[in-house]
Amino acid sequence: MLKEKYATEIEEIISRYPVRRSALIPLLYLAQRDEGFVSEAAMKEIAGLLRLTPPQVYETATFYTMINLKRVGKFHLQVCKSLMCALAGSDTVIEWVKTKLGIGPGETTSDGLFTLSAVECLAACGTAPMMQVNEDYYERLTEDTFDRILSDLKRDGTCPLKTGPFMWPEPVNAKS
Amino acid sequence: MPKHELILLKNMMQPGYGGSLQDYERTGGYQALRKAVGKVPPTEVTMAVMKSGLRGRGGAGFPTGVKWGFLPKDYQGPRYLCCNADESEPGTFKDRQLMERDPHQLLEGIVLTCYAIGAESAYIYIRGELVLAAKILEQAIKDARAAGYIGANILGTGITANVWVHRGAGAYICGEETALLESLEGKRGLPRFKPPFPATNGLYNKPTVVNNVETLANIPHILGRGPEWFASIGSPPKSTGTRVFCVSGHVKSPGNYEMPMGITFRELIYEVAGGMRSDKPLKAFIPGGASAPFLTPDHLDVKLDFESVAAAGSMLGSGGVTVMEEGTPMVWAALRLMEFFYHESCGKCSPCREGSSWLVQTMRRIVAKRGQMEDLETLVDLCKNIEGRTVCAFGDASVAPIMGTLKYWRSEYVTLIQEAEAANLIRPEEIAVRH
Repeated sequence: MLKEKYATEIEEIISRYPVRRSALIPLLYLAQRDEGFVSEAAMKEIAGLLRLTPPQVYETATFYTMINLKRVGKFHLQVCKSLMCALAGSDTVIEWVKTKLGIGPGETTSDGLFTLSAVECLAACGTAPMMQVNEDYYERLTEDTFDRILSDLKRDGTCPLKTGPFMWPEPVNAKS
Repeated sequence: MPKHELILLKNMMQPGYGGSLQDYERTGGYQALRKAVGKVPPTEVTMAVMKSGLRGRGGAGFPTGVKWGFLPKDYQGPRYLCCNADESEPGTFKDRQLMERDPHQLLEGIVLTCYAIGAESAYIYIRGELVLAAKILEQAIKDARAAGYIGANILGTGITANVWVHRGAGAYICGEETALLESLEGKRGLPRFKPPFPATNGLYNKPTVVNNVETLANIPHILGRGPEWFASIGSPPKSTGTRVFCVSGHVKSPGNYEMPMGITFRELIYEVAGGMRSDKPLKAFIPGGASAPFLTPDHLDVKLDFESVAAAGSMLGSGGVTVMEEGTPMVWAALRLMEFFYHESCGKCSPCREGSSWLVQTMRRIVAKRGQMEDLETLVDLCKNIEGRTVCAFGDASVAPIMGTLKYWRSEYVTLIQEAEAANLIRPEEIAVRH
């Protein structure tokens, strides 16, 4: 139960808004953090917390692509396929995933580690091609960096190639 | 190209600048807030923004001060400021940098705007994917609150302005201001009919201002250095100030470049962004994000200001410039953008919901060399029946790639179809479906 585990956090989230329903997306995120996806039980509980009906929660949850209604892999690879990334070769990145992990968009590896999604614009057009893995961005992907990201993720759960605060192009002085 | 002064990216271009509260204060940050809040009447702050000529940087280009002025003067209840940080327009990636590299610049703009419009609460509606930016902003809010710049009784003035970060969850439509409000209220992000406008019936049906990140980041500079200074930059009188242009696609140095409005596409593409990445010549460019119709090398000397780009038949929009080299298949490019709009249509209006689906299906057929000549008429007919027939501007935006490419590169559509006819690749079952 979310309420027992995160009572203080839930109260804090609800207190940000004068109307309880506004806390809906933040609470869906909380549920997703807890289980990896948003289950029907969680939606019912959130409905109770916000004094909504379960359909009101469901209709909102189903509208947004980032709310996972079914389980995804431990690492959710989201490759941007919009035009700007496509001009820089994002289709090739999707091919790399297919050949190296054996999964296409919407599929999860049999060990449950990786799920691939081909997504629309992630606001990184100047540093394409790119992908988001869970909460982190990886930009200016090459086959070498892509391989390293996969092996680091498998081994360490994270990879130092992830993007820090975004700045592109970098100031000349910062490079030296 | 003449030298110019950076405004919004200036701090972050300094070596060692990390965007912390101390960093920001050291460069003169929060001085405009100290000068204005509780000392200059809110109406004068609004007047200054009006005089500066600042226009919204999110896409529509509406004069910011005028928007603030629409709020009812005598309304006693709560008012809200929503910072639109839902940057999702393909080709645009400037707000992300403004938030991650210099969050206090934005926060100072938010507090000043709250003061000007009499709002005690501001929500930064940030697109859900930008987790790092949301974390950086949350830390910055905490620091600014501890320093007395945010919260109750700002710097002992008795003025209150609270700021919260609210993460969206991956819906492009939530960048539309009324859909953003619906989403912030915990609902599906469907746009509302206008009127009534958010100025009178916004968040929770209260008077509300919705401003883009880049717009708000300009406010401290306008108040700190005066509206006349700001109004003298760029392409006065209607396109004042600088823009952070996001250059992507086939250029040598893609990235965010802050330039005074009024420079030409030729300067931006060939001088600022280093020119084409290979030896191939320029074929096409999108001047202002995915919603803006494509332009051709004939338009390279068009100035990057609101009026000039509009006169060339497109729009400056969000400032996202995408460059395509010779050899880029334009029907494919239009299809890629169309797939974006099809994916992101919220489904509220039938012309957009159904039409975008038909457009994608027809375009996919043509690209797969299974099209027929009559498909071209179908495309135009569909576009005409979407454009202007939807609640928000999404419908208009979604037909831009097809109408633009049909205007300048119709021959590419025809070639694909002729190849289809020559190869006789059309499947009988498709003909049956169509007739």
